Amino acid sequence: MSRIGVFVCHCGTNIASTVDPERVAAASRGIPGVAFAAEYKYMCSEPGQQMIKDAIREQKLDRIVIASCSPRMHEITFRKMLKGTDVNPYMLEIANIREQCSWVHTDKEKATAKAVDLVRMSVSKASKNEPLFTSTIPVTKKALVIGGGIAGIQAALDIADAGHEVTLIEREPSIGGKMAMLDKTFPTLDCSACISTPKMVDVGAHPNITLRTSCEVTGVSGYIGNFEVSIRQKARYVNHDVCTGCGLCETKCPVKVTSEFNQGLSTRPAIFKLFPQAVPSKPVIDKEHCRKLREGKCGICEKLCPLGCIHYEDEDRDFTEPFGAILIATGYRLIDWGALYGEYGGGRYKDVLSGLQFERTVNAAGPTEGHIVRPSDGKEPETVVIVKCVGSRDPKKGKGYCSRACCMYAAKHAHQILDKLPGTRVFLFYIDVRTPGKGYEEFYDQTRKDGAVYVRGRISKIYEEKGQLICQGEDTLLGQQVRVRADMVILETAMEPSAGVEELTSLLGVARDGNNWVQEAHPKLRPVETQVGGVFLAGACQGPKDIPDTVSQASAAAAKVIGLLNKSEMETSPMISAVERDKCSGCGACVNICPYTAISLQEIDDRLGARRIKREVASVNAGLCQGCGACTSACRTGALDLLGFKNAQILEEVDALCL
Amino acid sequence: MKYSYFPGCSMESTAKSYRLATEYVMGRIGIELIEIKDWNCCGATSGHALNELLGLALPARSLAIAEREEPELDIVTGCASCYARLRHAMHKARTDNASRYNIEKTIEEPYGAKREVYNFLDILTSEAAKTAIRENVTGGLRGLKVACYYGCLNVRPAEVTGAPDRENPQAMDEIVALAGADPVDWAFKTECCGAAHQNDAASVTRPLVWRILKNAQANGAEAVVTACPMCNLNLEMRQDGYTKKTGGKAIPVFSVSELLAVAMGASAGRIALEAHHVPAAKVLASALRRHGEGFAI
Repeated sequence: MSRIGVFVCHCGTNIASTVDPERVAAASRGIPGVAFAAEYKYMCSEPGQQMIKDAIREQKLDRIVIASCSPRMHEITFRKMLKGTDVNPYMLEIANIREQCSWVHTDKEKATAKAVDLVRMSVSKASKNEPLFTSTIPVTKKALVIGGGIAGIQAALDIADAGHEVTLIEREPSIGGKMAMLDKTFPTLDCSACISTPKMVDVGAHPNITLRTSCEVTGVSGYIGNFEVSIRQKARYVNHDVCTGCGLCETKCPVKVTSEFNQGLSTRPAIFKLFPQAVPSKPVIDKEHCRKLREGKCGICEKLCPLGCIHYEDEDRDFTEPFGAILIATGYRLIDWGALYGEYGGGRYKDVLSGLQFERTVNAAGPTEGHIVRPSDGKEPETVVIVKCVGSRDPKKGKGYCSRACCMYAAKHAHQILDKLPGTRVFLFYIDVRTPGKGYEEFYDQTRKDGAVYVRGRISKIYEEKGQLICQGEDTLLGQQVRVRADMVILETAMEPSAGVEELTSLLGVARDGNNWVQEAHPKLRPVETQVGGVFLAGACQGPKDIPDTVSQASAAAAKVIGLLNKSEMETSPMISAVERDKCSGCGACVNICPYTAISLQEIDDRLGARRIKREVASVNAGLCQGCGACTSACRTGALDLLGFKNAQILEEVDALCL
Repeated sequence: MKYSYFPGCSMESTAKSYRLATEYVMGRIGIELIEIKDWNCCGATSGHALNELLGLALPARSLAIAEREEPELDIVTGCASCYARLRHAMHKARTDNASRYNIEKTIEEPYGAKREVYNFLDILTSEAAKTAIRENVTGGLRGLKVACYYGCLNVRPAEVTGAPDRENPQAMDEIVALAGADPVDWAFKTECCGAAHQNDAASVTRPLVWRILKNAQANGAEAVVTACPMCNLNLEMRQDGYTKKTGGKAIPVFSVSELLAVAMGASAGRIALEAHHVPAAKVLASALRRHGEGFAI
């Protein structure tokens, strides 16, 4: 007969005001197998834990049931406590009488009766518990950071500074991301390039960082501490080992391609550096547009290169590397507003710019060298309309969520226009103005004092008339329709996850939320981890973020990676699936249902009567299994069981309640 | 090609020239329109505003008859309001079982919503129709600049109509170009014309019409082409204030069928072009004359 101790927590008044702990403890004493029961104000506190430890020693308890808050809150606390006692940490059950009882009920009688039921169920399950033991796996002391925007850059630097090796991969030919495109950053108006390019240089020069641009992840296998990642190095057609980045090759290229970096506002050659401050500061050839690669003619850049770096026969190369931790920092892109907002011209009007196009326009290194002029005729605008929430907070046409950074950069755009072109009339159409951040409200306030006119309402239509853009909308504070004749319109468009995030998260087994943002393990308690062990996230890949939040989160994620890489080996949870080979028919249903690719079929030697045969059975990878239990419900023969949540244990709980 | 045809009340009254031209054009390009037997009012505009079921059952009755009598034929109508109501009934019957049950109970007849509901623009842009139009037009309207006005209900709401572009649709521009005329790029293709509120809220809705006409002319249009008798009526018959109050210049408004009929050689009398309030024949005649073609007015 087991000797179970039941400990009922008051949680101050959280539990005690709706559930009577003394009665729960008294009722527990009558449950078969319970050798001891007690209650206390705060079971998780030092005296509470001491009370449990003393009871274990004095009463020779072998199993513990704690009736308190959710196991997500303090199960780990109590397991740690049990490590110093004779009771195995997995001989513990938590009866959740707070979140699932006292907090949601008002009738004390009924709530107390329910709490007793919950305790009885836990006692039944505990009676079937078996000791479980953690094992350890070695850790590859090297991190992979995916994405070279400011999030990936910051995280890579932090991890590298802590003494660990980092590989930073970026699919574009240069790191820098969106921040490298921006002119100034709110609310301090410091120049974006001045604060991001030194970090880019640091990445390129750091002895612990291997920078791989024009690279993408093509496959991931393994598990926390022991990932094997396949990476494709796309052909660059330029030998970066020899190239000095002199730029001679770019000067005579006959091809003109729309510049991605300048958001379509200028052109670039087919052999190009993404932007002058690119890291690595070396060109690549765009194979879609290079005349030599498409038609076999040209070859001018090859003739011009004094070092013979140009190799038209370069090919994509695949390689595989081991990593202990992976950090997703793939950022965002802006929605294709032209396809969604026909009422704003759908991209037909040249002087309707996206916010990012305006950033390039106002940027001293941009196509107009920082002069704010209309793309259509090169004239300075006298009236500018800024439209916020284009695609944000608009579930019907765009996204339901707020893109968070737009209110602030819209204010910044207004400020920049009024600063560079004093006397310009600037109208901002808004739904709400959201400025939660240090110095943000003050910045917004200053912009209004500078002369920006905020109009509450949406623009319903933009059309061209006599070379101007008529912006038609409503001022909801006046309750009147308004029409503004503008020379330029800036649309502050919604953020959405970067292209390819579906494929990447599928390779990693990481979940996405309803809007395709990468899902964190817990929004408050594990905000920089994913639910896959060893895979972390940082920056706007998780949801819209501004630069201060992105950099903070990158450092937080780096701290988690460093914590993992500092261990030479790590403990794994013993609450994983186990196969009873005799029962397994090798049908493979579990292989298909496992979201973590933790189960595979393995050939074993067996006997059928007197005959020796070979047959396939399921085999669980302890490093990959997260203990979700999906396989146990899929298994037709009951060969799979989740340790700590065996079918027999769960049935015992059900019996305790229903029989 | 054959379709079950829902004419709607306007075709029998205000839109005489639209009806005659449609009959002429469909005959020329080999589209047979079989009028739905005993069709009834589609319910626009007041039906669905008063009672949702009434608004669905009225058009559904005509659709049910069409599907009973000609089960192989899709349904077509030339009026944007009729199109919206018929299409709503079809959409609702397809997507909401409870609604379909109530509709069938009300009209005392099964309605499977098996056939599509189209407007003229849909059927005129089928590949077969386009080929036939190309073969039948004389090319005499070259250089005639027109603004294609779709109105709201030929394209909205998107989940009901399935129209690919609600702000800058292209179907009518394509047909007009096939007829030889020159569609202008303009911004008010699907702006509201005020519809029935032209009768009860003139001070609000008249400027809507003027705005549309002004933008059409600002972009060089000599005429406005419509695909709805109600749109046509509003744009054409509410020009009084436009010329008197805003100093605008009167502009002819006619249906896409009339443009096609003239492009195919129909005389003005044949399609009752004289029925227009703002003379429409002159602009067509002068376009034809530019290319040495006569036009019997």
